[in-house]
Amino acid sequence: MDIRREELLKQLSALDFTVIELNLYLNTHPRDRNALMKYNTAVEQAKMLRMEYERRYGPLTAYYSTSSYPWQWICNPWPWHYSFNFRLAGEEC
Amino acid sequence: MWIYEKKLEYPIKIRTPNPRMAKVIITQYGGPDGELAASLRYLSQRFSMVTPEARATLNDIGTEELAHLEMVGTMVYQLVKGASIEEIKAAGLDPYYADHDRGVYPISAAGNPFTAAYIQSKGNPVVDLYENMAAEQKARATYEWLIDLADDPDVIDPLKFLRQREVVHFQRFGEALRIVQDYLDSRRHFPISKPEGMED
Repeated sequence: MDIRREELLKQLSALDFTVIELNLYLNTHPRDRNALMKYNTAVEQAKMLRMEYERRYGPLTAYYSTSSYPWQWICNPWPWHYSFNFRLAGEEC
Repeated sequence: MWIYEKKLEYPIKIRTPNPRMAKVIITQYGGPDGELAASLRYLSQRFSMVTPEARATLNDIGTEELAHLEMVGTMVYQLVKGASIEEIKAAGLDPYYADHDRGVYPISAAGNPFTAAYIQSKGNPVVDLYENMAAEQKARATYEWLIDLADDPDVIDPLKFLRQREVVHFQRFGEALRIVQDYLDSRRHFPISKPEGMED
């Protein structure tokens, strides 16, 4: 897999996870200003990275994303494919 | 509605096929404490939930469970993909192979097909939140037994991630339960008591 794509996907996944975690936390702590600020910052950062990823490697959704010709959504790899993912465990290999 | 995003919540990249491991991990796909049960449970319960906090908690954890279902399905898929018939037979996965080849089908580790009898949606917010806290602990325990059974870091790493999510969800459901109990205990009426000496 393309090193640049792997790195972008890793950064985007980390930011999106931050957003999910803060989303769940804020649901039960809606007045935590500090967490809210972190959430808003992470969403903005993820938005920029998502645009960058999609511009280079194609659409992440068939809803918010635009596509070049021909329709890119159907292209491999899909997330369950080995080649789609980056490795976190045993990174030395 | 839902919008699909073409990536996993956490990466799965398993180099070595292991049908024996697939046979047990599939229980978190379609088993009693699996991700499909979790998702259906929370997404069904949310309709009758009270308080903004608890409603959102069910909605969003139910959604995250769908991402976990995809992760577990991906693990099963990658664990059986390159396995030979000999390896499948040696792992005891041949009965599964007879019905599903290398397809991913929601069953428990013991082979029982998924059933909605695994979940409850009781219409009572306190009952439902207690059920969910128990469900998160049961899923956490299952991930720990699966980690005990695994020896490949490519498999253990995502299992540890999924285990940790159960811990966080348990915490959030506990907070939601406290908010719901405070809401149900709060006085929402204005009693007018008779002053002393005016009983007649």
